Amino acid sequence: MSDYPQVLFRNRKPDRIATLAEYRQSGGYEALADAVRNRNPKAIQEELLAAQLLGRGGAGFPSGKKLMTVADDAPFPRYIVCNADEMEPGTFKDRVLIHADPHQLLEGMALAGYAISASVGVIFIRPEYESAARILEREIGLAMGAGCLGKRIFGSGFSFDIVVHRSAGRYICGEGTAQLNALQARRPNPKLPPPYATEKGLWNQPTVQQNVETLCCMPHVIRNGAAWFKALALTPTGAGTKIYGVSGKVRRPGCYELPMGVPLREIIEVHAGGMIDGLRFKTCLPGGASTRFMTEAHLDLAMDFESLKAKGHRLGTGAVMVFDEQTCLVGATLNLIEFFARESCGWCTPCREGLPYVRDLLWRIENGLGEPWFVGALQQMSKHLWHSYCALAPGAASPLESLLTDFPEEVEDHIRHKRCRFSSSAG
Amino acid sequence: MLPEPLQTELKEKIASCEHPRELVIDVLTAIQEHHGHLSDEAVQDAAALFGLTPLEIDELATFYPFLYRQPVGRYVIHVCDSVICWMENGKGLIEHLQKRLGIAMGETTPDGLFTLLPVCCIGYCDRAPAILVNRKVHGPLNPALLDELIDRLQRQARDGEAAS
Ligand code: SF4
Ligand code: FES
Repeated sequence: MSDYPQVLFRNRKPDRIATLAEYRQSGGYEALADAVRNRNPKAIQEELLAAQLLGRGGAGFPSGKKLMTVADDAPFPRYIVCNADEMEPGTFKDRVLIHADPHQLLEGMALAGYAISASVGVIFIRPEYESAARILEREIGLAMGAGCLGKRIFGSGFSFDIVVHRSAGRYICGEGTAQLNALQARRPNPKLPPPYATEKGLWNQPTVQQNVETLCCMPHVIRNGAAWFKALALTPTGAGTKIYGVSGKVRRPGCYELPMGVPLREIIEVHAGGMIDGLRFKTCLPGGASTRFMTEAHLDLAMDFESLKAKGHRLGTGAVMVFDEQTCLVGATLNLIEFFARESCGWCTPCREGLPYVRDLLWRIENGLGEPWFVGALQQMSKHLWHSYCALAPGAASPLESLLTDFPEEVEDHIRHKRCRFSSSAG
Repeated sequence: MLPEPLQTELKEKIASCEHPRELVIDVLTAIQEHHGHLSDEAVQDAAALFGLTPLEIDELATFYPFLYRQPVGRYVIHVCDSVICWMENGKGLIEHLQKRLGIAMGETTPDGLFTLLPVCCIGYCDRAPAILVNRKVHGPLNPALLDELIDRLQRQARDGEAAS
């Protein structure tokens, strides 16, 4: 379907996961073997930094820099925590990655572990991904049996164990500090740094947390070099490939590995097969539920962290959700706010109190009970949402603000005519 | 009370772990699998195993959607109501399911077979609208496929009972 190089999906099969043998045949665990035998941890950090591998979990922080934040004289043991808790509506790339080629993640974790001299990796995974959790446990065992993980990896002095930790749900557990609380059986409320996790994280020890996709990139960067990785991107500011997960009203929803910086139009029209017959594109959220709506005018934008930032957008997780002309955006935003309101951890007032209020106002507008002053109230509430303790509430503010600024006529139409003209999708 | 073998198994697991607290969710899940849900007594049992207070356990047991503090049916159906499933007529599906089972969200059928719970995006948006039955995913669904699934589960429960 496309001639772009497949890096993370090079072993992807239509109906089953890649085996350890297949992974090794394609060069798997070579980076780790070489690293633990011939390279020092600092060199691994520097390679990742030079590759400009930015965190694929949404925040886009340079992964090399994060590893470097662990001080040379930091205490032991140190930990790697893999965030496999993806729970933002529209996001499913980490599940697909684990089901396609699980050893890629395990090797990435071991490499990150080697880079900071950590001895244990923990995969924090959501309960909906029980099958992925089982796959990982089985493959960890196989990797240990083959000497790729566990004691004295590839005959070197480096030992690294990986355990799978099952969560019992809640979106907030994907937030770094909340996730560490969850792992330690504390109520998973976020916690403002300092101390930073790289200093005092899991069990008060230095801890680096990375997203599944970021970790999956690491073996390839280390094996092929930073320059190769950078050159995979279509834009000068991008690096590597990106898994774009497309959902909504397209012919072929799914995950596509494309160069970082591919135009939005190409993702939707070529790779995801375009709109379903008879439907017209109205808008999309480019990177999950906490990004702003993009319109037809944005279709030729390059999808990478910098290009989107320059236009006031966020790449987030690269989860492209496509809405058609017949889908009500008040209803869609109401649904998104419903998600954030339900998943709020309840710790701080703007989020705990603000989101239900926003939900109420949007619900009334959608159901023909809106008043003109609601618009001002929503604008004011969205400003309050930014003054919250963690990024959940500002994330919720993004589609809301975007609805009010990019689709004001849709909101006004609901209020003026006291009804939703897309009523078949109302709710 | 927890049966002796399960108690011993959990105790051994906890004793062999460097940081037992990281097992709290696992242990709660195991106890839940045994009893079907986490009763007040189960919360106390778990607290005793870890040397924590029942309140510390309850703070967790009440926080997570996959831990049940009340009895649930044999099949717990988590219906995704997030935006992609919503757009793909998830709402109609939920209404259909409620009518078919004769219960509202959060309720359990009188025969104890099904519990309906709403859940946020389950990460199968490429298969929307999707639901989980005892954590296993089904999708994309329409009312006809949903009916087939419910039929199958009812049959399975009936046959299972006849066999045992
Ligand atoms: S913004 Fe929301 S989720 Fe974050 S700490 Fe406040 S209440 Fe909790
Ligand atoms: S929105 Fe339903 S599975 Fe993602």
